[in-house]
Amino acid sequence: MLPENLKQNSIAAAVEAFDADAVRAGKFDRGELTLEIAPGKIASICGFLKYDQQFVRLSTVTAVDRYPSEPRFEVVYHLHSIEHNSRVRLKCRVRGEDPVIDSVTGVWRGADWYEREVFDLFGIRFLGHPDLRRILMPDDWEGYPLRKDYPVTGSRV
Amino acid sequence: MAEPIAEPPLPAPEETPTETGTRRMVLNMGPQHPSTHGVLRLLMELDGENIVKCQPDIGYLHTGIEKEFEVKNYQQAVTLTDRVDYLSPLSMNLGYCLSVEKLLALEIPPQAQWMRVMLTELTRLNSHLVWLGTHALDIGAMSVFLYCFREREEILKIFEMFSGQRMMTSYFRIGGLALQPPRGWHERIKKFLDVFPSRIDEYENLLTNNRIWIGRTKGVGFILLEDMLDLGITGPMLRAAGMKIDARKDAPYSSYEKFNFDVPTRTENDVYARYLVRIEEMRQSTKIARQAMEGMPGGPWKADAPGIVLPDREKMKTQMEALIYHFKIVTEGFRVPEGEVFQIIESPRGELGFYVVSNGTAMPYRVHMRTPSFGNLQAVPKMVQGTLIADVIASIGSMDFVLGDTDR
Repeated sequence: MLPENLKQNSIAAAVEAFDADAVRAGKFDRGELTLEIAPGKIASICGFLKYDQQFVRLSTVTAVDRYPSEPRFEVVYHLHSIEHNSRVRLKCRVRGEDPVIDSVTGVWRGADWYEREVFDLFGIRFLGHPDLRRILMPDDWEGYPLRKDYPVTGSRV
Repeated sequence: MAEPIAEPPLPAPEETPTETGTRRMVLNMGPQHPSTHGVLRLLMELDGENIVKCQPDIGYLHTGIEKEFEVKNYQQAVTLTDRVDYLSPLSMNLGYCLSVEKLLALEIPPQAQWMRVMLTELTRLNSHLVWLGTHALDIGAMSVFLYCFREREEILKIFEMFSGQRMMTSYFRIGGLALQPPRGWHERIKKFLDVFPSRIDEYENLLTNNRIWIGRTKGVGFILLEDMLDLGITGPMLRAAGMKIDARKDAPYSSYEKFNFDVPTRTENDVYARYLVRIEEMRQSTKIARQAMEGMPGGPWKADAPGIVLPDREKMKTQMEALIYHFKIVTEGFRVPEGEVFQIIESPRGELGFYVVSNGTAMPYRVHMRTPSFGNLQAVPKMVQGTLIADVIASIGSMDFVLGDTDR
């Protein structure tokens, strides 16, 4: 459900009109619009925003680990509309055990490396990604470095 | 925990002869290759001299900086940002400081803002000079490199004058500047800005109408505008494709709205157009830096925020309250209200975004950097597939990526 103060926001209202079930929450804070989307709907919402609302650019995809709370991960998308000179942040909460979410590579090919990076550093799998493997860490690396339960320094021998 | 998915083996070269009667070959370029400007590795499948397939391999310079942010307090983390894009450290400083200041809702005094603009534009010159010198060197014009580094040296000396450091300056801090601008900075910068436009003419004399340069760059490295937007290319590359997009104009930060400058664009969308765009950007940056120098407002150079900005040395030695603040800032840092921001600035390479998440403590909960090199590099396969192996160097050179910026 969209909070009352966001009903006036044209982007938030358009997303809600497109698929009311998809929007879980939203806020407008420090001049930035954030919409929380149901994880299963992310690809269709992104497609809607790209083709109907001119958000032609996907600026970045990243994640935040809220360990130990559940759902543990937030997958964060930053979209940019050049035509309207506006940006929107989409957020999906994903549970900690076997985290998985739909890929948006079908909407923007540029999501490819960003999703690989999130997979590499957080261990979140993206369904439908054409080539999901590690990108920054070595291929045989164990663990996911940006998770909060991953140590910053190595153990002492 | 899900099993990591193993890297698929590279396609084996085909045994059957191709149309041109040759066998395909996989060529490994890098990571230690002088023209990949760092440690980029490209795996290229060749049919004669044609590139059939290209696969970039990155991560050789991954240092886990985003993880490191989570164990530094906000002010300490400024020094990490320098080391991401090491050719434009002040742009990185600026992006990070602006994002944290946005979280804190901190007002920055005009002098600090203008000083930031001036030095960031000098950083842009610095970065473009390194790009121009090495790009020309890659293509075979040796002397341009020497000319560019002559001017770059002057810029580095200016940085040293301001911050004591040539490259890892960390001169911008949350709340303003690290130190008071040094005595005599005005004359020093004026001297540089007076002579620099004629130096740009010098580079142009060497390259712009040079037949070899034109032959190597015109019509090379073309990529459709739709593909560029789809793949996440930003900055001068997008402007060389006719798209007038620049965060300094679209979403002004640090009082860029008060400066008068143009955003140069071209429509040819090849290596030559990108060269012309960056040359013109250097002229515009000189213009901005001159405006900032001439109109530099007076007043304080750091914000009036006792719990966040370190007190003056003088006050710290004489006032109890200032001493307490000093002690608290140094030992525990300052708390930042809960929230998240995504601050965009225009770095020399394109769109630089800092996504900073705070949970109300003195250390960032998560910092993600949307770096322009990462987005640009993703388009390498699209750009070079189907072209000649000899054009790869010119094409990737025109992207102006920095591997520290890519791998973080």
